[in-house]
Amino acid sequence: MSAKKEELRIGFYVCHCGHNIASMVDCVAVARSVEKLPGVALARDYKYMCSDPGQVLIQQDIREHKLNRIVVASCSPLLHEHTFRGATEAGGLNPFYFHMVNIREHDSWVHTDRQEATEKAKALAEAAIRRVAHHKALEIKKVPIHPDVLVVGGGIAGIHAAMTLANAGKKVYLVEREPSIGGHMAKFDKTFPTLDCAACILTPKMSEVGSHPNITLWTYSDVTKVDGYVGNYTVQVKRKARYIIEDLCTGCQDCIPNCVFKEPKFTDDFNEGLGKRKPVYIPFPQATPQVVVIDPEVCLNFKRGKNPDGSPIVSDKCKKTCVEACGEKNAIDFTQKDELKEIKVGNIIVCTGFKTFDAGRVPAYGYGTYKNVYTSLEIERLVNASGPTGGEVILREGKNPDGSPKTPKSIGIIHCVGSRDKKTNIWCSRVCCMYSMKLAHLLKEHTDAELYNFYIDMRTPGKGYEEFYNKLLEEGTHFIRGRVGEVTDWAMTPEEEGKLVIRVEDTLAGVVRRIPVDMVVLATGLEPQADAGDVRRLFNMSCGGDGWFLERHPKLAPVNTFTDGVFLAGCCQGPKDIPDTVAQAGAAAAEAMVLIDRGYVEQEPNTAFILDQECSGCKSCIPLCPYTAILFDEERKKAYINEALCKGCGTCVGACPSSSIVQNLFEDSEIFSEIEGVLSYD
Amino acid sequence: MDIKRTIKYEADRVSGFGREVMAVPGCEALEHCIQCGTCSGVCPLSIYMDYTPRQVMELVRSDFKNEVLQSHTIWLCASCYACTTECPRQIRITDIMYELKQRAIKEKVYPKRFPIPVLAEEFTKMVHDYGRISETWLVSKMYLRTNPVAALGMAGLGMNLMKTGRFSLKQDKIERRSELARIMESVDQQNQKAQA
Amino acid sequence: MKYAYFPGCSLKGTGKAYEESLLPVMKHLGVEMQELDDWNCCGATAYMAVDEGKACAAAARNLAIAEKSGLQQVLAPCSACYLVLNKTQHYLHEYPGMRQTVARALETVGLRCEGTSAVRHPLDILLNDIGLEAVKQKVTRPLKGLKVAPYYGCQIVRPYATFDDQTNPTTMDRLLEALGATVVKWPLKTKCCGGSLTGTLPEAGLRLSYILLKEAIKRGADVIATVCPLCQFNLDAYHPKISARWEPVPIPTVYFSQLMGLAFGLPDNQVVLHRGMIPMKPLAAPAPAAAAAR
Repeated sequence: MSAKKEELRIGFYVCHCGHNIASMVDCVAVARSVEKLPGVALARDYKYMCSDPGQVLIQQDIREHKLNRIVVASCSPLLHEHTFRGATEAGGLNPFYFHMVNIREHDSWVHTDRQEATEKAKALAEAAIRRVAHHKALEIKKVPIHPDVLVVGGGIAGIHAAMTLANAGKKVYLVEREPSIGGHMAKFDKTFPTLDCAACILTPKMSEVGSHPNITLWTYSDVTKVDGYVGNYTVQVKRKARYIIEDLCTGCQDCIPNCVFKEPKFTDDFNEGLGKRKPVYIPFPQATPQVVVIDPEVCLNFKRGKNPDGSPIVSDKCKKTCVEACGEKNAIDFTQKDELKEIKVGNIIVCTGFKTFDAGRVPAYGYGTYKNVYTSLEIERLVNASGPTGGEVILREGKNPDGSPKTPKSIGIIHCVGSRDKKTNIWCSRVCCMYSMKLAHLLKEHTDAELYNFYIDMRTPGKGYEEFYNKLLEEGTHFIRGRVGEVTDWAMTPEEEGKLVIRVEDTLAGVVRRIPVDMVVLATGLEPQADAGDVRRLFNMSCGGDGWFLERHPKLAPVNTFTDGVFLAGCCQGPKDIPDTVAQAGAAAAEAMVLIDRGYVEQEPNTAFILDQECSGCKSCIPLCPYTAILFDEERKKAYINEALCKGCGTCVGACPSSSIVQNLFEDSEIFSEIEGVLSYD
Repeated sequence: MDIKRTIKYEADRVSGFGREVMAVPGCEALEHCIQCGTCSGVCPLSIYMDYTPRQVMELVRSDFKNEVLQSHTIWLCASCYACTTECPRQIRITDIMYELKQRAIKEKVYPKRFPIPVLAEEFTKMVHDYGRISETWLVSKMYLRTNPVAALGMAGLGMNLMKTGRFSLKQDKIERRSELARIMESVDQQNQKAQA
Repeated sequence: MKYAYFPGCSLKGTGKAYEESLLPVMKHLGVEMQELDDWNCCGATAYMAVDEGKACAAAARNLAIAEKSGLQQVLAPCSACYLVLNKTQHYLHEYPGMRQTVARALETVGLRCEGTSAVRHPLDILLNDIGLEAVKQKVTRPLKGLKVAPYYGCQIVRPYATFDDQTNPTTMDRLLEALGATVVKWPLKTKCCGGSLTGTLPEAGLRLSYILLKEAIKRGADVIATVCPLCQFNLDAYHPKISARWEPVPIPTVYFSQLMGLAFGLPDNQVVLHRGMIPMKPLAAPAPAAAAAR
C-alpha cells in the first residue's frame, strides 16, 4: 500500500548479451528511449547484466538512486529471472518488484532488420515499465519435499539412477514395463571400446537392484497416472498380471521344462526373434527379478478373447503341468489380475530409453526380403554366448557343402540406417559408428570373414574411441566411405552368384563398386519410443520436434525438464552411449538429492485468490481446477483457494463469471497496463 | 607417359555459379549435400560417368562451372530419378542435371556430334514446329547430324518395326500450331525481359 | 466413370500396341476415355533438358485443355507423359515464378491452367477407382501358368507417384495376380531400361535393357509386363541388337493392358500381340469352355 503512495522510481537495464542482442538491437537507443518514460529514474545499457558486475550495478543503483522497481531487458526469464530477482532482493527490495523483458529469443534472435528489432525492443520495454508500476511485494512459500523417488525405466540409466539414490539412503521405486530390468544393454554382447562383456558389468548391478533394501522393484509394470507437483507427486502404477506370485516364485524355473509345449515355438523378443520361447518363460538367464512370466496370448490355459474388464479369459483346459512342477511353492496363479498401486514421491527420474529404427523402412537394403540381411541388434544376440545359437554365427539362409548351416565368409556392415536421412530420422544416432566397429571386430573374431564397413562419416569422439578405430584398421577391416545405394541379389559376374550384392560409391576412390557378401548387417539408428508422446504427457515434459524428451537447457540443465522435480537420463533425451547414459543417470540422481536434502521447494507466489465480497458462489471454477485447489465454504457460500495446491495456471481466473478471482503477478491492472504499453509505443 | 596437371586454382572457379544453380526451382536443397554418394550408388549409369553424380554435386556447389558443363555425366543421366528418390537430403539431383544440361546447351559446350544434346535439340524443334513427335523422323534427324554411317546400322530396326506395323513416315502434328507457338514465344519474351 | 485421355506421341507411334490394347480393356470395364482436344507433346525428358520454362508451358497447355473440357481426371498411360504432367503440376504449385510465366504465356491464347486436374496412371485407376474385384469379374481366360515379371520402370513411381511404393511398387503385381498370372519376384522392377540412351549411347543404354531381359529369364519369367512405351520399345525392338552384342535373351515384353485383354478374352485385334518382335508362347491353360467341362 505504501508503495502506491511513494514516488515511482524505476531502474531500467538493457543487456547487450555480448553480440547476441547488441548486433540486432541498438541497446543505447533503447535505454535513451526508456529514460524519458514517466516513473523511470534511470536507464542503462550494459554488456552482460547477468555477470557479477551487472548484478552489483542493480544493487548499487537501488541504494544510491532510491529505486523501487527494476526492469531488465535481456534474455528469457527461464534463464535469468531468478538471477535478477536475487539481485533486486540483495539491493534491499522485494524481488517481485522486478520484471524481465525478453529481447533476445523474442527479438534479436528472430529478426533480421536492426531498426525494426530496436523499435520492437523499445515497445516491449515500455510495456514492462508500465506493468512493473503495478507490481506488489509478494512472499515466496516453502513446501516440504517427499523424500521418496520414482525411477521410470529399468535400463542401465534407471538402474544407475536408482542405485545412486538407494546407496545415499533414499527410498526408490523402480518401475519397468518388461518382465526384467536390463534394457537394451542386457542384449548386447560386448561394449565398445573396451570390449568388456556387457552381461559381466551389468548383471551384478541388476541383482544389486533386485536385493537393495531401499529399492522397491516393480517389473512388468506401467506408470498410468501422475498427479501433483515437485516434492509431492502421487503416482499410479499398474502391475500387469504375470500369473506368477512374485513373492512365492523362487526362480527355480522347473515350470518351463514341464510346460505342455515340449518345444519352444513362440517368438523370443529378447533374442530379437532369432530364438523361440515357451508360454512360460524367463526372458534371459540373468533376468532380474528371477521370476518367470506366463504369456496369456499363447498359454493353453487361456482362451481367445477378453473378459469385459480387458483381462484374458481362463479356460482351464490345459493339464497345467507347470503348476504340478511348481509344487507346494504354489507360485502360479491363473486368476491374477492387473493391480493398481498408488505411491507418493517427491521426485521422478524418467529413463524410458529408445527403440531401434525399423530397418524395413529402408526397402533398398532388403531387410525382410533377403534373409541374410540382419539388424545390428540381431547380430548382438547372434554373437552372444547365451544367444539363440550359443554364439555361433550362422546364416538364416544357405548351407555349407556338407549340409551344415552356413557361416559367412564376407560381411558388409552398413552404417547410418535410418539416421542422417530427411526421409526417416535426420539426426546422427551417435553410437552406430562405434557399435558397427565393435560388431565388425566380434564377427571377425567369430568367423574370420572379410569385413566391410560402409560409412558416411566416421564419428569416434570419445575416450579410447579413435584408438578403437585404429585397432579395426589394423585388423584389416575394410572401411569404404559411401552410403550404400542398394542391397540386391542379382548377379553380374560369376563371383556374385548366390550372394547379396552391395552397390556403393567408394567416394574416396571416386568409383562405383559392387561388392558381393554373404551377410549384410544394418546399423540401425536410435529413435524415440513409440509411446514417447504418451509418456511426455504423463510426466508433463516437452519433446523436441524430433520426439526426444527436451531437457531444460542443453548445456546447463541437461537432466532437468521444464517440470520441477521431473528429471531425465539416458536415451529418452537423445541418442547416447553407455558412459554418457550412466553419467546422466548419476547427474539426475544428484539433482533429485539436491531437492530431497534441502527438504523444501520454494513456490512461485503466482497463486490465485478469491475476492470474497465479489464471489457469487456459482462454483464454476471448482471443476476446472486441474490441481483440485479450489474448495467451497458451504456456510458462507463462497469458494476459496488452497494456496499450497494452487500452481498458478490461471484457468479459474479466466473462467470466473464475476471476475472475483485474481492471480498474483497477473492482476488485471498489470496485464492491461502491459498491453497498453505495447500498443501506445509508436 | 602423359602427365596431366589436375590442381584447381581459385581462378578456375566461376564465382556464384553454385548459388545461381541453387536458386533454380528444384535445385535448392543442394546446399544440404553431405557427399554420401547414395546418388552414385543407385545411379545405373554412374559406371560410365567421368564424374560421379556426387562429384558433380560438389563441383556445382564449389563453382566449378566449366568442369560440370563439359562433363559427360550430365548427358548420361537417363532421368530415372533413382538418386532423387533415395537421396537422404532430398536433393532433386535429376532436376539439377536438367538445369546443367540446359546451361550446357545454351553455352554450346557439349562435345560435337554428341547425339544426346542433338536429340534433345531436335526433339524440342519438332515439338515447336509440329506440336507432336514422330519417332522415325526424330531418330533419323539425330543420326544425320551425328553419325550418318551408324544410321545404316539402324536399318534392321526399321525393318523389324515395319514387320510389326510400328513404322510410320507420317509427321504427326497438332491443329492449332500457332497457339503453341504463341505460348512458347511468350515464355521466351518473358525470359528475355527478366534477363534484361 | 469418365476420364480425359492424354495418349502422348509414342502411343500413336511405336507404342501403338499400348493404345490399341488399353482402350478396349477400359471400355470393357465400363470406363469412358475422352481424348484431349488437340493435345501436344508433353515434352518428355528431352524438352526439360533444353528449356524448363517452355517445357512447363507446353505441358501446361494440355492441363489447361483438360480443365476446359471439364474432366478433372487426366489419364496418362505413358510413363514420361505421366511424369512430365505431374512435374508440371508440382512446379506450378510450388514455384510462383514458374506459375506466373506459364499463366502469362497461356493467357496469350486465352487458356488458363489452375492446376486443379489430377494426372493419373491407368494402374492407379484400375486399382483405386475400378478395383481388382471388378477386374476379376471380367476375367474369362485366367492367365494360369503364365509367369510374368512385372516391370514398372522409373518414371511412374519416381518421384511423383503417390499411388504406389517408390522402391517396391506392387500395383501391377496385384493386377497380374487378379488376372490369374504367376508374378515373378525380381529386384529389378523399378530399374532403368536405359531410356533414350539406347539410341544415343547404345553401349550404356542397351546394357541396362540387357540386364533386365537376362534377369527376367533367369528368374523363370515367360514374359515381361510393362507400363511404358519406351521401356517396351527398348526391351522389344532392340532385342536383336542386344542379343548380338551380349547373348540371346529371348523373352517377350508386352503391355499389362495386352495381358488384361488376353485374360478378358478380347479378340486378337484388341490384344495385338503381333506388334511384339518376340512372340509370346500360347497360354497353357485351355479355353474357358473346356475348363468348365472338366
